[in-house]
Amino acid sequence: MTAAHSPHPFDAARFAEFLRLHHLPARAEVRSLDDYWAALTWEEREDTGLEPETLAARYAEFLALDGQPDGERALLSLDVLRGRDKSGAPERYDLRFVPGDVVCLVGPTGAGKSRLLADIECLAQGDTPTGRQVLINGVPPGDAERFSGESGLVAQISQNMNFVIDLPVGEFLHMHAESRALTDPAPVVDQVLRAAVAMAGEPFDADTQVTQLSGGQSRALMIADAAFLSPKPVVLIDEIENAGVDRRAALDLFVRKGKIVLLSTHDPLLALSGSRRLVIRHGAVQDVITPGPEEQTMIAHLVEIDARLADLRARLRNGERISSFPA
Amino acid sequence: MRLVTVAGPPSSGKTSLIVRTLLALRDDGLRVGVVKFDCLSTQDAAVFERHDLPALVGISSGFCPDHYFISNIEDCAAWGERLGLDLLVTESAGLCNRCAPHIRGFLAVCVLDALSGVNTPRKVGPMLKTADLVVITKGDIVSQAEREVFAFRVRQVNPRARILFVNGITGQGAWEAARIWRSAPEDGVLQGGRLRFSVPTAVCSYCLGETRIGSDHQHGTVRKIPIPS
Repeated sequence: MTAAHSPHPFDAARFAEFLRLHHLPARAEVRSLDDYWAALTWEEREDTGLEPETLAARYAEFLALDGQPDGERALLSLDVLRGRDKSGAPERYDLRFVPGDVVCLVGPTGAGKSRLLADIECLAQGDTPTGRQVLINGVPPGDAERFSGESGLVAQISQNMNFVIDLPVGEFLHMHAESRALTDPAPVVDQVLRAAVAMAGEPFDADTQVTQLSGGQSRALMIADAAFLSPKPVVLIDEIENAGVDRRAALDLFVRKGKIVLLSTHDPLLALSGSRRLVIRHGAVQDVITPGPEEQTMIAHLVEIDARLADLRARLRNGERISSFPA
Repeated sequence: MRLVTVAGPPSSGKTSLIVRTLLALRDDGLRVGVVKFDCLSTQDAAVFERHDLPALVGISSGFCPDHYFISNIEDCAAWGERLGLDLLVTESAGLCNRCAPHIRGFLAVCVLDALSGVNTPRKVGPMLKTADLVVITKGDIVSQAEREVFAFRVRQVNPRARILFVNGITGQGAWEAARIWRSAPEDGVLQGGRLRFSVPTAVCSYCLGETRIGSDHQHGTVRKIPIPS
């Protein structure tokens, strides 16, 4: 192992960061890996469990990763070509999704919604139980794209997800931004916070601990975070019902950000809001429904009912007595 | 026969992952089995039996579990060969974070639990850093943001590894894990093979059963904590 073979000039700051992440003893003033190894005592070398070769290999990997966080994937279209249902009968539809699509998935538990998502997640190539094939921008992805790093395309938000980290909202968002290697995270963090507060029924700020957020607030934060900070081009929203979040505002946010939204829901307002509904049964897409004029009219009516319910919720929160259903 | 080493902190979901993945491989017609290494006791044998998976259990008890693993892996592999297995998995708890059971030339898997928090990847030692595949469990109950940060931090300490989220309850992701295990290297050499990470060299009086505290009773390789006077 010699520094001469290294493709990178030796950067002391990067090397110090590498040592920190790998729990290796720090050494100031070293100019190469050889220097570093020479500067370690016998006990320290023994403790690292490494040899000069393995240390060099690790450091090379660390440098190769530099500046390559999980990037945003430019997704122009996502095709899911028909497979088979649980009995092996062929599916009737090929599906195409483009940025800004809001597509609902309806069907009973166990119908195959998860399998459809899993097919998208692992970019199935006729090799999953359903036999479906996924195309990215019209072409099959290469193996490298399928089986390297954390290659999934789908961000998920569901009713049973929680924040488990105990940090203030602002710090938490900065931590997420750091993992995206954003050069200037502050404006994005601010954007997420404002969008989340606008969606939530009750306001909160950057100093609120994420673990102290109410159900509605944390759902709103998850949605805003997925819209602005997640690199995933596809967002699955699973059974998010009345959690005190302005659900239509949430959908608009994703549409504006050019995400493909898959909504797994039986909430009438949400289910009718999509541009299409996929009816899933027996492990396959059995039907694709495009809302007609009757359903469009129905939406207006549901929005009205929803607004009245929201008004009732607000009044209850304020401690009022409710004597009549608001007109 | 293919040999896959699986390691991870206690209760991270190793057994669920192994059962789910092996069942998927068995559905594809492979003959599969498992060796469970543990320190004190294990109830996992019953879990494997319930699914008709041939299982061998080793309890290290008064012996260093990592040394125990290394001293027994060859015989366990021979047992798998005798049963005519296509794939044998070893499961071991990451016991002190200092060691890893991963062997050069064999597929190495590390299982981490997303619920344990985003700092975990920075605390876990060689069993994560020397793995080829990192499986993250319980991701279905933490936020998307935390999953992304978790995966990023795994990549920071192990840029080479493939990262996979698997739900041990529903089995989602186990099919993908099975696909990777199926193409694990085959018939690597164990005898004369090498661990990916050395185990500590320590032989002191406490290794040999000494229980009394005090410098008079400390012999062999002893390390002292640096304390400023």
